[in-house]
Amino acid sequence: MSESSTSDTHRKQNGNDAMTSTEQSSHGFDASQLRQSGAPQLNLANEKLKMDVQHLNLFYGNDQALKDINLVIPEKKVTAFIGPSGCGKSTLLRCFNRMNDLVDICRIEGKIMLDDKDIYARGVDVAELRRQIGMVFQKPNPFPKSIYENVAYGLRLQGGKSKRVLDEVVEKSLRGAALWDEVKDRLEDNAFGLSGGQQQRLVIARAIAIEPEVILLDEPASALDPISTLKIEELINELKDQYTIVIVTHNMQQAARVSDYTAFMYMGEMVEYSDTDSLFTNPQKKRTEDYITGRYG
Amino acid sequence: MDKDNYQHHISQQFNKDLTAVRNHLMEMGGLVEKQAADSLDALLKGDTGMAENVLKVEDRINKLEMMIDEECSRIIVLRQPAASDLRMIVAISKAVADLERIGDESAKIARMAIQLAEEGESPRGYVEARHIGAHVRRMLHDALDAFARFDVDKAVEVAAEDDQVDLEYRSAMRSLVTFMMEDPRSITRVLNVMWTLRSLERIGDHARNICEQVVYLVQGKDVRHITSEKMQEEVRKPGKR
Repeated sequence: MSESSTSDTHRKQNGNDAMTSTEQSSHGFDASQLRQSGAPQLNLANEKLKMDVQHLNLFYGNDQALKDINLVIPEKKVTAFIGPSGCGKSTLLRCFNRMNDLVDICRIEGKIMLDDKDIYARGVDVAELRRQIGMVFQKPNPFPKSIYENVAYGLRLQGGKSKRVLDEVVEKSLRGAALWDEVKDRLEDNAFGLSGGQQQRLVIARAIAIEPEVILLDEPASALDPISTLKIEELINELKDQYTIVIVTHNMQQAARVSDYTAFMYMGEMVEYSDTDSLFTNPQKKRTEDYITGRYG
Repeated sequence: MDKDNYQHHISQQFNKDLTAVRNHLMEMGGLVEKQAADSLDALLKGDTGMAENVLKVEDRINKLEMMIDEECSRIIVLRQPAASDLRMIVAISKAVADLERIGDESAKIARMAIQLAEEGESPRGYVEARHIGAHVRRMLHDALDAFARFDVDKAVEVAAEDDQVDLEYRSAMRSLVTFMMEDPRSITRVLNVMWTLRSLERIGDHARNICEQVVYLVQGKDVRHITSEKMQEEVRKPGKR
């Protein structure tokens, strides 16, 4: 660990002066509220906030899966959700582009702001929302089409793009997903012929082809071998220059490596939300500590 | 984090490994404590046999240092420790370095003891050596105790003691310098005593370092390179368990 930087962050937290009420986000969210919601040492003063979850409750029938979740997602940073199976992290991630709308018995209270509009407000175009907020799942799910068509698919749906524009976007996206060099000579091959790691990067290329603002990654590397996993992590690192990224992962070392901020969830509650360094070296809550150190709580 | 918390891992082997490395550190601590005490006794009593023994045991301390470092590396590579486990490993591997240095200083004192005994006639400065020696021995003992019990309050107390030792050391130096000016024939012998005092003062510094690691271990705060007063302030600040 790097001594100077950790000692610095420690000092900052210890001061407990990380935030003052004057620091407000672009859409008028008072960051000082976070202090009450279990994030005493979170310093978001230098961050522009992209998304803001306010008092989110989610029910599957009578079961409450998310309990009064409050958190903010900083722009062009990687935010990781960790927690044991069934703690609600994937459910929360799915809320971000309204994937839970597809579940009949699912009911949602509270707000999720994207910039300054509530994505659950009346009249929101869900298709447009999902263009802004892309998602990649645990298992790569390419379409049974050529590599080229997989990436171009979203643009074709939007229509009106010339072949030249499509070619450009396909190349740019595949380069962005660090896949171009491996597939440039076989763009017309079926995507199913790619390895799992390549398929996952193809899906990411497909997601960034339509230039989303936020990319949601649900366990993007858990079905991949270590080398492919490292490539995905490297990719995440590069993508955060342009995109806001939210990632759910069971691999805590992965969360520690790729993310800037980490939220620990347990039984539908947001237990602790903090900058990743602090969360993994000096968590404030015993539950977090027990989880990340492999103790039974 | 508290003393018994490191036990409750899902992996029993991890519990065992952590317990083992901690026990080895304590074993090394006990050994080093005895080395410091013996070397000082050897000096004050002119007991060259005891001093020779200190030099022999020195090798065991070096072996323990290497073993503990090895164990720490293994835990890091096998378990990727986080949070309090990580801090435990970091604190142990730093404390080990301090203990080894204390062992070195004790060996130096033992060598001085042999030289001084061979020259016969106890020179000036033994009163100071006895006094400062007793002080740093107590500090070392309490620092190790604080480490074993995860006792931050005690660690802060012991760290503050080091300021006192530094004062005593400086005043002893001044009086020995005066003595050398008065009686230049004694310079060689008094210099040896000064080196001894210097070693004792260094042991105090290392004991303080161990105390700083206790604070890091328990509270996750880095309190190195600040005054004792600031250290107390830092430790009392809220926000930590």
